Amino acid sequence: MIRILLFAELEETVGKREVELTVDEISVGEIRKKLTDDYPNVKGIQSAMAAINEEYAEDNVLVHRGDLVAFIPPVSGG
Amino acid sequence: MTDKFFEIIERPIEIDSIIKKVEDRNAGAINTFIGTVREMTKEKKTLYLKYDAYIPMAEKKLAQIGSEIQEKFPEAKVAITHRVGELKISDIAVVIAVSTPHRADSFEGSRYAIERIKEIVPIWKKEHWEDGEEWIGDQLETNAYPDGKPDKEELEK
Repeated sequence: MIRILLFAELEETVGKREVELTVDEISVGEIRKKLTDDYPNVKGIQSAMAAINEEYAEDNVLVHRGDLVAFIPPVSGG
Repeated sequence: MTDKFFEIIERPIEIDSIIKKVEDRNAGAINTFIGTVREMTKEKKTLYLKYDAYIPMAEKKLAQIGSEIQEKFPEAKVAITHRVGELKISDIAVVIAVSTPHRADSFEGSRYAIERIKEIVPIWKKEHWEDGEEWIGDQLETNAYPDGKPDKEELEK
């Protein structure tokens, strides 16, 4: 199982902070596409950065079972 | 307050405790930056703000900013606390304290920290205006990353 965290407008449009995928291996880009297919109203997924286990990761990076993935919309702290 | 140098908290920030963390007998300067909630942005009036964060990653990225400052100024001490939850006008959202032997470096470190927070730290602000609400994509109210993410250089610098 791979846990996927969603924040800010992503969390709000999907309606939850966390979704799960039951696969052993998948790329960040494939997760991005899957979320777009599952939640077509979530526009921000394309412009979000991804993180694996709390480090930024590109779309071609592979995610494995047990990893924690997060989609991070453009940040606005400070 | 705790002893953590890089922290996301839900309660009001005690400025003095952040300054205390960077005190050093070899410091000749402690520069503090205090980010507060502004009422007017262009024509729009903010009623209150809500900040949310990916807390463990945000604290890691704040620590990374501290390390980046120390790469440039090895004797610097850095402490950053950002508040999340609901904040009203004039509330303190972030406090940065940087101590260095000489004042110019503490100004530069402090400035660097706040600019970097706006690039790499997963914290989001939701504006509650008089006429609606909106998650803010960045401080210019546009999307920050046309190609979907900060470029490599930005993440690694």
